[in-house]
Amino acid sequence: MKKAEEIFELIKSGFPGVTVELSADMPTEPIISVDPLKVHEICKFLRDNEDCKFDSLMNLSGVDDANGEKIKEEDDSEIIKGGTLSVYYHLHSMSLNHKITLRASAPRENPEVESVDNVWKAADWHEREAYDMCGIKFLNHYDLRRILMPYDWEDGSYPLRKDYKNPEFYNGMKVPY
Amino acid sequence: MGLLDKEFSDGNIVIAKTEDLFNWARLSSLWQLSFGLACCAIEMMATSASHYDFDRFGVMPRPTPRQADVIIISGTVTLKMATRIKRLYEQMPDPKYIISMGSCANCGGPYWEHGYHVLKGVDRIIPVDVYVPGCPPRPEALLEGLLKLQEKIKNESLRTKTA
Repeated sequence: MKKAEEIFELIKSGFPGVTVELSADMPTEPIISVDPLKVHEICKFLRDNEDCKFDSLMNLSGVDDANGEKIKEEDDSEIIKGGTLSVYYHLHSMSLNHKITLRASAPRENPEVESVDNVWKAADWHEREAYDMCGIKFLNHYDLRRILMPYDWEDGSYPLRKDYKNPEFYNGMKVPY
Repeated sequence: MGLLDKEFSDGNIVIAKTEDLFNWARLSSLWQLSFGLACCAIEMMATSASHYDFDRFGVMPRPTPRQADVIIISGTVTLKMATRIKRLYEQMPDPKYIISMGSCANCGGPYWEHGYHVLKGVDRIIPVDVYVPGCPPRPEALLEGLLKLQEKIKNESLRTKTA
């Protein structure tokens, strides 16, 4: 069993030159922030390393941090420019019985995060959901399609973005009440 | 004595208007499209089960729209599902009826404001005959809705579907 600090040190020594940060004083659990374009390597390391053995991806979720500049539109709605979108990975090791949370934050204008679907198969649909709801693009995902919304849903329209606006019509059906 | 008189006295002939006969036949065996959408579908299944016994009103599920008379929209109609529902409805033969069950199918229910994925009322795509309110409606309420539909069918004429 390893503490978050120890796992953080392991990642840091395993990946010199890669920015890794530890937020330890969280109200819930410590979070390790990693580079969104190094996620795949780091996750593979965490899975295969003898001291980590994270054999299970418990959850993967997309989050709109909404930390950019909020710009008021004419109709009083807001759009967000800049800031980040994040992906959170909750890992668990069944053999060593320890957990860790990873965060990969990508810029809102081009949210590219490496896919981990060939590290843990569970990531496949989770990543599709994060793509569908928040528009996070997972690089090297073998089948990145929408999973909940219809396939012909408007491109670039992601419902769980904080500045999301519902379309007036979908396939001739009125959407607002 | 002629042949007809004899038959009449044996009670083998009943005289009725075609309209009434058709309506009676239709309302007494409303085959329902075997199809459920959300939590309302659980109540609909309970209505079909032995305690409430939908079958005593002639309602039984058919797994194909080609043989169904009534479609019960039992739950939240998402935009993705709406196009499928429309197609299922179009595949049903006339005369066909629609019961909208529960708040979601009636008007969007709890999703009316922030439900980006919900069609706010199934009557935006297909013509509803009976609305059953509730979230979800109890089986008694669905039965009441069915009785209302039967009442409606009873008053139909051959020329117009709705009285």
